[in-house]
Amino acid sequence: MQAFLDIFDIYLLEAVINGILLGGVLALLALGLNLIFGVIDVTWICYAELVMIGMYAMYFLVQYYGISYFLAAPLTILLVAVLGAALHYLVIAPLLTAPPINQLLATGGVLFVLQSFATVAFGIDFRNLGIRLPVLAFGEMNFSYARLLSFLAALVGMVAVYLFMTRTFTGTAIRAISQDRQIMALMGVDTKRIYLITSAIGGGLAGLAACLLVLQYDVHPFVGLSFGPITFLICVLGGLGNFIGGFIAAFVFAEIISLGGLFSDLEWGYVLAFAFFIVMMFIRPAGLLAKRR
Amino acid sequence: MMGRGRLAAWAVGLAALVALPFVYRDPYHLHILVLILIWSFAYTSWSMMGRFGLVSLGHGGFMGIGAYVTALLWNHLGWSPWIGIPIGMVAAGALALIVGYPCFRFRITGHYFVLVTLALSGIVLQVITATRDYTGGSLGYTPNRAAGTKLWALQFDDKITWYLIALGVWLFGIVVWHWVDRSMARYALEAISEDEDAAAAAGVDVTAEKLKITLLSALMTALAGAIYCQYQMFITPDTVSGIAVSLQMVFAAIVGGLFVSLGPTFGAVITIMLAETLRIGFGTKAVGWDNLVYGVLLVLFIIFLPKGILGSLLDRLKPQRKVPRAHEQEAVQIARPGT
Repeated sequence: MQAFLDIFDIYLLEAVINGILLGGVLALLALGLNLIFGVIDVTWICYAELVMIGMYAMYFLVQYYGISYFLAAPLTILLVAVLGAALHYLVIAPLLTAPPINQLLATGGVLFVLQSFATVAFGIDFRNLGIRLPVLAFGEMNFSYARLLSFLAALVGMVAVYLFMTRTFTGTAIRAISQDRQIMALMGVDTKRIYLITSAIGGGLAGLAACLLVLQYDVHPFVGLSFGPITFLICVLGGLGNFIGGFIAAFVFAEIISLGGLFSDLEWGYVLAFAFFIVMMFIRPAGLLAKRR
Repeated sequence: MMGRGRLAAWAVGLAALVALPFVYRDPYHLHILVLILIWSFAYTSWSMMGRFGLVSLGHGGFMGIGAYVTALLWNHLGWSPWIGIPIGMVAAGALALIVGYPCFRFRITGHYFVLVTLALSGIVLQVITATRDYTGGSLGYTPNRAAGTKLWALQFDDKITWYLIALGVWLFGIVVWHWVDRSMARYALEAISEDEDAAAAAGVDVTAEKLKITLLSALMTALAGAIYCQYQMFITPDTVSGIAVSLQMVFAAIVGGLFVSLGPTFGAVITIMLAETLRIGFGTKAVGWDNLVYGVLLVLFIIFLPKGILGSLLDRLKPQRKVPRAHEQEAVQIARPGT
């Protein structure tokens, strides 16, 4: 084992594993967005801002009200789930028959609202949870415990959604609607209710992501902009609405960012990821897993 | 053809605008007017694409490239903005073609197109931040003050000169808008926005038509960024590039009205006046409030008034005009993905 580790640059391996850990959270973010796109055919431009609100919720619950992290997490998930449902009820539902771009732009307005609400209410200071988790040493490599925890929690969250979608009646109805949205209403499924539930699940996933990201990053009103674009890239690369494609794309992107960050600044990792994205657009315009026409 | 009455109205309005700074010299109000004109030009550039259903959130990127390339060439190489601005425009145009070609060639429309362009503006922001050794990163960037002639450096101290420059650029934007409006390309693009396959079957070169309008729009947006940089003499990644700027363009164009030539200008007047009123009324307490109001208004407009204020007003003034085309009935109609 030691000989094997010596052959490879130890930092390279560390970057690869950190990339996988980052991929877990990105996959979780992409899953929420893909779910909403697949079922309701709407893109929430403000998805990352929902995560930001969730991160603030965690911060205030833990720091101000002194609730323990593991008690605050379900509350945050619930709060963001309610926000997601409210977003659908107030903004998307009146626009369901409008051209799809209008729905997308309306959520762009919500992005402004959430960002400036956070600015007005919480100020533009960077805040963090103040929880310092230990660093795991493995051989000569160091991994942050927070990243490992996020990765595992993200996996658990994704498996839970998978089981819900395949094993329950509501989940089956959600998958059926994503296949044919007109016919399901005739089959006696209440599409409005299903849409609301889907939005709540999508919000809940954003809430879970918020609970995990708040362990690693500081919260500020514009934090959504730092991982929002990358989430959209992942969803497009995986094929919008394609869960498995999004999952794979998340790990591909996380590796590129992590390895790019190894050789230069983190921003260059993002730039590299974008260059890769453009190349992939030429090769597989409809997503990683799409069949070539 | 433009009626004689409308032509006369335009001429009188324009003469009044040109004469304004010689009669009324309050520097603050002139400053606001210059900003309104420059942003109107940027919003008009966006709406050239937007009105045909090509909703781009990448224009923040084009604007940032125009501004930063011009400023960087001036500071590091000493190249005059007269050379730097065309180079910045070409750079933005090249990026538009690189991103636009696969999108249009492979029929990436609707959500896909918006998300790809959204990523574009996010990445331009990242590049500007990442190259902080040259661009100053998120702290912003200031073009060096000119030592020699002001004209060569395109730096002027008095507001009147800038007002006239901004007016000229804005007028240029409106003229291009009308030129496109009366060209054959407009009919091709309207056909494309209603049904891409049908348009292609009717002999429209979909990819080429879309690329042409995208290129034109990107070039003009980069010009707007460069002019903004030369006027303000200070740019940050957040004020000239990124998603917020892109969304701001969409917002202003939609509020003003996407399908009338003065709609984006009207949108710029409303948004900048709103921001200034809030800023003066509430001072530093207003940080964030203007965007909060924007956001709520944007949502309300899309739900209740998708044709924008000016568009709806003009409709009300002459209801018997003509039967609106399908793509004009909603704010932004786009070929649905997958159809």
